[in-house]
Amino acid sequence: MSVTPVVTETATAAAPPAGRLLTRIWRDTNGRIGLVLTAILVLAALCGAVGLLPHDPIAQFPDARYRPPSADYWFGSDQFGRDILARVAAGIWTSLRVSVVSVALATLVGATLGVCAGFFGGWLDQVISRFVEVLFAFPAILLALAVVSALGSGWFNTAVAIAVVYTPIFARVARGPTLSVRNAEFVNAQRVLGIPTHRILLRHVLPNISAPVVVQVTLALSWAILTESALSFLGLGTQPPEPSLGLMVADAQNTITSAWWTMAFPAATIVVAVVALNLLGDGLRSALDPRREQSR
Amino acid sequence: MTWRWAGARLGGAVLTLFGVTIVVFVVLRAIPGDAITSSLGIESGTLTPAQTQALTLYYGLDKPWYVQFFAWVGQVLRGNLGVSLTSGNTVGSLIGAALPVTVELAVLAAIIGTVIGVLLGTLAGSGPGRARDGVTQGVGLLGLAVPEFVLGILMVAFLAARFDYFPDTSTFVPITTSFSANMSQMLYPALVLAVGFAANVMRTTRSEYVEVAQADFVRTARGKGLAPGRIRFAHILRNAGIPILTVTGIQFGYLLGGTVIIEQIFALPGLGRLLFTAITNHDYPIVQSSVLVVAVAFVLVNLLVDLAYRAVDPRVRQA
Repeated sequence: MSVTPVVTETATAAAPPAGRLLTRIWRDTNGRIGLVLTAILVLAALCGAVGLLPHDPIAQFPDARYRPPSADYWFGSDQFGRDILARVAAGIWTSLRVSVVSVALATLVGATLGVCAGFFGGWLDQVISRFVEVLFAFPAILLALAVVSALGSGWFNTAVAIAVVYTPIFARVARGPTLSVRNAEFVNAQRVLGIPTHRILLRHVLPNISAPVVVQVTLALSWAILTESALSFLGLGTQPPEPSLGLMVADAQNTITSAWWTMAFPAATIVVAVVALNLLGDGLRSALDPRREQSR
Repeated sequence: MTWRWAGARLGGAVLTLFGVTIVVFVVLRAIPGDAITSSLGIESGTLTPAQTQALTLYYGLDKPWYVQFFAWVGQVLRGNLGVSLTSGNTVGSLIGAALPVTVELAVLAAIIGTVIGVLLGTLAGSGPGRARDGVTQGVGLLGLAVPEFVLGILMVAFLAARFDYFPDTSTFVPITTSFSANMSQMLYPALVLAVGFAANVMRTTRSEYVEVAQADFVRTARGKGLAPGRIRFAHILRNAGIPILTVTGIQFGYLLGGTVIIEQIFALPGLGRLLFTAITNHDYPIVQSSVLVVAVAFVLVNLLVDLAYRAVDPRVRQA
């Protein structure tokens, strides 16, 4: 599995307010495509979640097995006569839930570790950096598999497993900029003035690491979707009957020639989700790049 | 290469490996139940207190965790990886049989992926902003976004339709028995694995190529009237080589642990399949040791890449 954690080097800068950020992403072609695709996926997931779609994702209709795409079944139906569109929408919801929870956990733990290591230095930095190094020694999918085998399957455990995999990346991304801020004149001045450490961390260090962390979050979300679908494909992630894109592909592997739609739609959805978040990440990176800002 | 640096790097790797054993030990201890319940299953409920106590002593479960940890590490260092709970074979022999399959798969995928990745990366990087750059980058992103299980299933469906070939573990031919028969089984899964590999190598090659191509020495080479092909390969690619080597090494390391899905789809008796079967059967001695073996291999590959590029590039030595 080529779920390579990408540690991006983004110039350190405070993130602009959300409104301005959106405008800047919109100006970037990649960012615009990413934003639109992500919005469509989130909308589809929400429609499924609140029951706006015509069919139920779990209800089985033996009379309607393997229906090709039609006006009634836009994406066709599967081996139990379940509507694939409804299942894809619910699958996006499952994927997003796992990836958002896992990346949130990884960001929280990883960035805290990275900031502590970078800001306080000394033995704490040594210990944290060593720990991060050790976690990096495991190929991503392998570490996720080991954690899932220990915790058991289910969506939350999958999220925890993926979080363990991505924590070291966030620690590394947060540590670098923290190191450079720590030695900056204005931080030294604050220390001399007796400003408490937690205030310095919250008011000055956090804004300075937010840009690279935010970019990393979008990229990690896309890799988390891939990892979640891979674990579910292996039967170790989301458990049936709960719809999951990876599980749908696994179920469809024997019917691919006789009923192509059972595999095509869930597989394409995974691809679109990963591409969308990657492009959004690209757009965010250029939107947050201070060098670009200066040249404008 | 300075020996002092190599020594420090080696020391760091040993320390990391020690950390790896701790993580593996802790993760596997997080599993509910202990060696007795996992080896006997529900039958462990029928044990008399005396039998339970005897087994507790046998597995050393009465000792503190650190004694258990060092006892385990000591056994591992002596080459004793334990015994499989389901088959009764030694874990060492099972891993010994499975590892060559995975290594072969990873090597094949790495060779194919590196060649394709460097060629496409050069193609894209030599004309940044042009149509071929956009197309290649789009293909690269797609290569990263399409899950390998999807590609694997498509490949198996294609093989079944075209060659009437259906993957089956019982018909696996090792490379030592027949090279051509082995290749006919290994080449297609390797091709699937090569897609993601190539996409990563392509991205790195492209960005390095674009950067190096702006350097003064490249302009000088052009000014001297050197042939574009010579500038491309002897000057630009050679200088972009280190990051490409690094990404190839890291990707190769990931492949050693990332063949689980492909081995499952293509029914190859490699380490990934061994690990996956062990996870589903709750055969923890195998899970523990195969995770450890892959992590050790990963650390060693990274160490070798580090040593290799210090040997190749004089700039890194001076830095």
